[in-house]
Amino acid sequence: MITLTWLYVLAGAVFAAFALTSAIDRTNAKRFGNAAFWGLLAISFFFGDALGDLGNGVLVLVMVGIAGFHLLGRGNPPTTDLAEREILSERLGNRLFLPALVIPVTAFAGTLLFNYTPLTDAGLIEPRWVTLILLGIGVLIALGVCMAWLKPPVLAPIEEGRRLMDSIGWAALLPQMLAALGAVFALAGVGEVIGGIAGSVIPQGSVFLAVLVYALGMALFTMIMGNAFAAFPVMLAAIGVPILIVADGANPAVIGAVGMLAGFCGTLMTPMAANFNIVPAALLELKDQYGVIRAQVGTAIPLLACNIAILYFASFL
Amino acid sequence: MSDYWVLLGIALVVVGFALKFNPLLVVAVAAIATGLLGGLNPLAVVAALGKAFNDNRYVSIVWIVLPVIGLLERYGLQQRARAAIERMRGATVGRLLIAYLAFRQILAALGLTSVAGHAQTVRPLVAPMAEAAALKTHGPLDESSIERVKAMAAATDNVGLFFGEDIFVAIASILLIQGVMSGYGIALTPLQISVWAIPTAVCAFVIHAARLMLFDSRLGRARR
Repeated sequence: MITLTWLYVLAGAVFAAFALTSAIDRTNAKRFGNAAFWGLLAISFFFGDALGDLGNGVLVLVMVGIAGFHLLGRGNPPTTDLAEREILSERLGNRLFLPALVIPVTAFAGTLLFNYTPLTDAGLIEPRWVTLILLGIGVLIALGVCMAWLKPPVLAPIEEGRRLMDSIGWAALLPQMLAALGAVFALAGVGEVIGGIAGSVIPQGSVFLAVLVYALGMALFTMIMGNAFAAFPVMLAAIGVPILIVADGANPAVIGAVGMLAGFCGTLMTPMAANFNIVPAALLELKDQYGVIRAQVGTAIPLLACNIAILYFASFL
Repeated sequence: MSDYWVLLGIALVVVGFALKFNPLLVVAVAAIATGLLGGLNPLAVVAALGKAFNDNRYVSIVWIVLPVIGLLERYGLQQRARAAIERMRGATVGRLLIAYLAFRQILAALGLTSVAGHAQTVRPLVAPMAEAAALKTHGPLDESSIERVKAMAAATDNVGLFFGEDIFVAIASILLIQGVMSGYGIALTPLQISVWAIPTAVCAFVIHAARLMLFDSRLGRARR
């Protein structure tokens, strides 16, 4: 059975290759910083389960140190310039889209195949990770197609991948770090304290205010944690269940679904949701690291108002 | 109330992000401060950090697409995406991104969340297409307008994903809602929950599509 571990080995190999090519890139004054950073990430993917919690913790702190003390630079691997790309693009035509589409199409067809055919029970792929593993398979197929068709230098995929990886830099690690922060917050009891505050600010007897505090609490706590999943159990325990569902008789399906979506409005407005908001800014090489958030606030706030209205009117139908 | 001290970590994050310190450093300092204030010993805090980091490695898997995307860029993929838009009649930023929003929401509602994304589709295809559409309809734009076009492409991907995925019954957040509710003795089926994601999905589409049209027309007025 193909498991998540296979994918980790693949990712480890990719990061190890980034580390090795970084180490010999003399165009980057901080090349050893880059080599160490991507090398440690490769170690995490290869051996993370064997390092133990404390070992992983030390690894994380060293990586944070490398990024935090500006030891991470940007390599300039050899690539084509804009004029060459215009010519290549004309020559290769729309066929260039095909390899790019291999990845989503593999994920699409594979997911359908594994969910709706007898393959579901064949035990080929670890069920929990089907889409992610199919993404990995799609990458390998697309890479094979590109190498066979375009015949680039053997190291080109690694060098081109490293070019993009270096433009993302430390931001690549932020989503994992924030997940770790969320775990520490949970251990220290931050959720209970916030839930206690939210539960105590509700005035007696007003259903609308209870709905308002529940939805705004979901959005705000999600902004703090960067993740609606962490906020949901806390707000449900503080307000959703005792006040809205039990005391006021609200429909639990609405409270659950729309409460979560109120949290997603918060996700649109916080740098803590780094993989959605900060990483794309780096990936698109925006000057303003909060540019994506700025583009989203205008959708998030009216949508939060809609969610409050849906909660108020649909919960008591 | 001494309990409130654990909230100091949140304050550290807010201040650190606002002052634009390196976010990795801010998060590490906040985690350690919160853990210590929450009564954990320093080694336990480092271990908790390490365990969560290790458990969440799957978040960083998506970077394995970069070699393919980089390789295709080397052969002119972004230029190709621009050329395709330039040849398409009636393509504007607003219409292009509304179409992408609908595509992303529908696929996410079918559970196909990894089909698109910032690395897979936005950087190589959607952002250059949006930029080309903007330049085509509005002529030369200044740098900050182009930045806003790209940011809007990424924003559209997020809105489509977030407010489509909960319509699918087997997505993590629906299962989480079901699980937490059952802890209170409230039995719900995934379908009962996911139908209530539909009104918000419709609102999200209407609001974001309206903003995209407005964005497009303002872009025309802001032209140099």
